[in-house]
Amino acid sequence: MLPIGHYLFLGLALFIIGVIGVVTRRNVIVILMSIELILNAVNINLVAFSRLYGDVAGQVFALFIIADAAAEAAVGLGIIIAFFRNRETVLEDEMDLLKW
Amino acid sequence: MTPTGYFLEHLWLIPLFPLVSAALMLLFGRRLPNAVVSVLCVGSVGLSFIFALGAVARLLSADPEYRVTQHILFAWLTPGQMQMSSGHLVRFTADWGYLLDPLSSVMVLVVTGVGFLIHIYSIGYMGHEGGYYRFFGYMNLFMFSMLTLVLANNMLLMFVGWEGVGLCSYLLIGFYFLKKSASDAGKKAFIVNRIGDAGFILGILLTAVTFGTIRFTSTGLANVAADSGIRQALEAAVGAHALAAGAPVLTTIALLLFVGACGKSAQIPLYVWLPDAMEGPTPVSALIHAATMVTAGVYMVARMNALYQLAPFALDVVAVVGAITAIFAASMALVQNDIKKVLAYSTISQLGYMFLALGVGAFAAGIFHLTTHAFFKALLFLGAGSVIHAMSGEQDIRKMGGLWRKIPTTARTFGIATLAIAGIFPFAGFFSKDEILGRAFDRFFALWVVGFITAALTAFYMFRLFFLTFIGHCRADEHVEKHIHESPHPMTVPLLILAGLSAIGGWIGWPAVLGGENRFERFLDPVLTGVIPETGAVSIAHHAVAKELGLMLASLAVVALGFWLAYEFYCSKRLAPELAARRFPWLYNLLFHKYYVDEIYDAAFVDRTKDLGTLLGRFDAKVIDGVGVDGTGWLARFTSKLSMWWDKWIIDGLLNFGAKLTQLLSFPIRFLQTGTFSSYALLILVGLAILLVYYQQHLHVVLRGAR
Repeated sequence: MLPIGHYLFLGLALFIIGVIGVVTRRNVIVILMSIELILNAVNINLVAFSRLYGDVAGQVFALFIIADAAAEAAVGLGIIIAFFRNRETVLEDEMDLLKW
Repeated sequence: MTPTGYFLEHLWLIPLFPLVSAALMLLFGRRLPNAVVSVLCVGSVGLSFIFALGAVARLLSADPEYRVTQHILFAWLTPGQMQMSSGHLVRFTADWGYLLDPLSSVMVLVVTGVGFLIHIYSIGYMGHEGGYYRFFGYMNLFMFSMLTLVLANNMLLMFVGWEGVGLCSYLLIGFYFLKKSASDAGKKAFIVNRIGDAGFILGILLTAVTFGTIRFTSTGLANVAADSGIRQALEAAVGAHALAAGAPVLTTIALLLFVGACGKSAQIPLYVWLPDAMEGPTPVSALIHAATMVTAGVYMVARMNALYQLAPFALDVVAVVGAITAIFAASMALVQNDIKKVLAYSTISQLGYMFLALGVGAFAAGIFHLTTHAFFKALLFLGAGSVIHAMSGEQDIRKMGGLWRKIPTTARTFGIATLAIAGIFPFAGFFSKDEILGRAFDRFFALWVVGFITAALTAFYMFRLFFLTFIGHCRADEHVEKHIHESPHPMTVPLLILAGLSAIGGWIGWPAVLGGENRFERFLDPVLTGVIPETGAVSIAHHAVAKELGLMLASLAVVALGFWLAYEFYCSKRLAPELAARRFPWLYNLLFHKYYVDEIYDAAFVDRTKDLGTLLGRFDAKVIDGVGVDGTGWLARFTSKLSMWWDKWIIDGLLNFGAKLTQLLSFPIRFLQTGTFSSYALLILVGLAILLVYYQQHLHVVLRGAR
């Protein structure tokens, strides 16, 4: 069995890739995808610790997060489509109407 | 004993029949076939005629003094308190009620009888015209209004009928409304009649405040004492010496009513609409503008005879206006070339005769002439319609001639009518005209002279018309001439019946001097007796037999003179009309242009009205629009500017101040809010990093535990 550090490293790598994607990319769809990466990094951590402690709660929680991610993707894409219809763009730096 | 019976009880059905069919025509007529329209409309008038005959027959069966029946259907204006000019309070009411007495009997028979014949004639005459149902709808509406007018038991209901016939006259004159001249003529008739109507309604109001009632009479009513009539009020006032003959208020009422009569019956100065009214279809001219509606004024004055007999000055005015109208209109008829225009001026002239009769106190003679005139003038118009029909619409008598053999029925009946109107013994016109002239002679010589000359003029223009139309050679175009044909039966049968009436209709008033007993006058007498006998100018004058015969011979002689002149001018051609016209050019021009009355009226009233309109228009543009509208606009703009300044600097200023303050207070922090998503994400990351550093011991514990 691989030591826990490997899993955590994978999770950390995914998390950092996700964060960098969220912070640096302009396309909102890509940002959404990056958020999925972050969520999956968390899932890996949860599943890893669940296995380490023999506690199934972590895996259940991961399932919740997967469901949540699906919901979030649906809502997020819906918002993006509605937004695109109005502004004809999906670039986040052009979404600045609330700024004064 | 007061007469009763089915027909008298159901007097209200007489005007109702035409009203029902008129309503049907005007609501659903478009969808009905012509045959149904004919049966309904002519049938309804026929029914009215039958009911009228029945009612009058019942009335005749009673003794002369009881020949009155009055039925109030309902109180139309609900009774209310009214203060009379004398200061008394009275219960004033106007009913929807019908009165049948000898006077309205004559009228109702003339209206329904002649109206029925003209309706039959219209089936033939209007058969090929568009708007057949519309024509008959209006005609029936007219019949309803006219019957309401003659059967009304009070002045206000009479006025309803009076206005109703005016409306129908307008609608029917403008029947060919696409023709500008026709719609103009309709408007002219309507507007000129309004002037008269204004006088009439003022007369009604003055009657109401003077007598406290507008009912003609209370005879025949259940409660004679409570429901007073004008006649009874007059009797009471004269009996109490409150009013005497010639009292100013009576004269004023009489003159105001006469203004109304002038408008409706086309007397000077309001006659100008009648010649133009000839734009309507010919049956309309016959029914409305010859036989019935235009005689409404005569009927109204006769109806108010009790009042007129107490206003001698008003009577003199009536006589003089009538005489002048008679001779003026007759002189204008001399030179007209349109067959219907000649008849129109002739109608005005004959109406003048009727007013002359009324004015000299010969009310019965006036109504008698009204009746005979209805026969022969309706016949003349229907004959003219038949001629126009034969001539394919041509109305100019210079393009006719020689029709005697081509349309024999029309020509012969027209001939009888011409003899009747000219006043040749023993045709209808002779008796009535002679009666009028005799009474005028008794009253005032000059009036007789005018009537006498008019008789000659009448004979001249009528025979001129007759000769030019029927005798000589045909002057029409070839294709028109080829097309000349006698009219169909629905048109010729009424002509024949009316010809019979024109021939013998005058015999009902066969004068005493010729061995008769003048039944017509005796029949009307109960209604036409004055309130006080000595002012009663109608009390039959018994002048010497020799004088009366002399007058008859004189009028026959003058008619013969008119006939002879017309014969020489237009039949034997021994005298040339052109020569006479050239000899007296100014006179010819004056007559031909109808004394320039239309032009004078245009200059005096129409153009002045237009000037007033222009002036008012300018007032509108300058004062109303300039000062009023533009000024208001300027004021509104000024106040809105003020209000805008207030809004901008005070209301908005406060808000802006708040906003500026917020902006000021938020100065450094504001820049964190970039609006860019990634920068927020970065901030979150930084926050997370700070938290992680801050809780690093705990993190350490977690990580260690994990290991």
